[in-house]
Amino acid sequence: MAGRIKIRAEKKGELIEVKALMRHPMETGMRKDQAGEPIPAHFITEVAVLHGDQAVMQAHWGAAVSANPFLGVRFQGGEAGDVVRVVWTDNQGGTGEGETTIR
Amino acid sequence: MLSTAAALPGRVWAAVTRPEAAFGATALDEALAALGDTPQEHEGIQFMTPDIAENGAVVPIRVEVDAGALPNITKVSVLVEMNPNPLAASFDIPRGTDVYIETRVKVAQTGNLYAVVESDGQLFMASRETKVTLGGCGG
Repeated sequence: MAGRIKIRAEKKGELIEVKALMRHPMETGMRKDQAGEPIPAHFITEVAVLHGDQAVMQAHWGAAVSANPFLGVRFQGGEAGDVVRVVWTDNQGGTGEGETTIR
Repeated sequence: MLSTAAALPGRVWAAVTRPEAAFGATALDEALAALGDTPQEHEGIQFMTPDIAENGAVVPIRVEVDAGALPNITKVSVLVEMNPNPLAASFDIPRGTDVYIETRVKVAQTGNLYAVVESDGQLFMASRETKVTLGGCGG
């Protein structure tokens, strides 16, 4: 299962402003379903923002990041037209990625 | 679309291992100890959280440090005092990336949120109280 990511990258002066919205349940493993059965933990553990091949941000996440996570970061050295990608992996081996060009 | 295996060059995470002990900590002090020394308060860390969160499941936060306020920042961690595991996220900041992070976290109940910043190997922090009307970890 590869989750899609909505991503936007905009050049503002010297800065590139990246905003990404991922689709993911971010289950803590502490909740129960309607039948009272525990819902297994399922959350994004690693996220990276890449400008070309270069990681401009990488993060480790716990289950306390909200469902359908939002991430906003800023970096320098990008130009309009450059590719920016966001990639993630979760604790069940799932992955997601999205890419856009800087505008 | 590229396959994700190709999209994830090994070096992306090779250099930085996940701080498992800090994520597994069940109390704030324990999580801070796992991150390193006790952080000192620093006014240069701008940490924005809502005063009141009606829905603890989705609490927007922002951490920003102006260039010059603290040198050589390599890491930003976000902790939620009252959560079962206080460490919510840990961001590695390469050179050239501004210290500016926005995300949303779950907050189980009213308490302090902490932004901990590593600058030249030392830890600094800012804290903010967020009051929660409806808890973020229920169910």
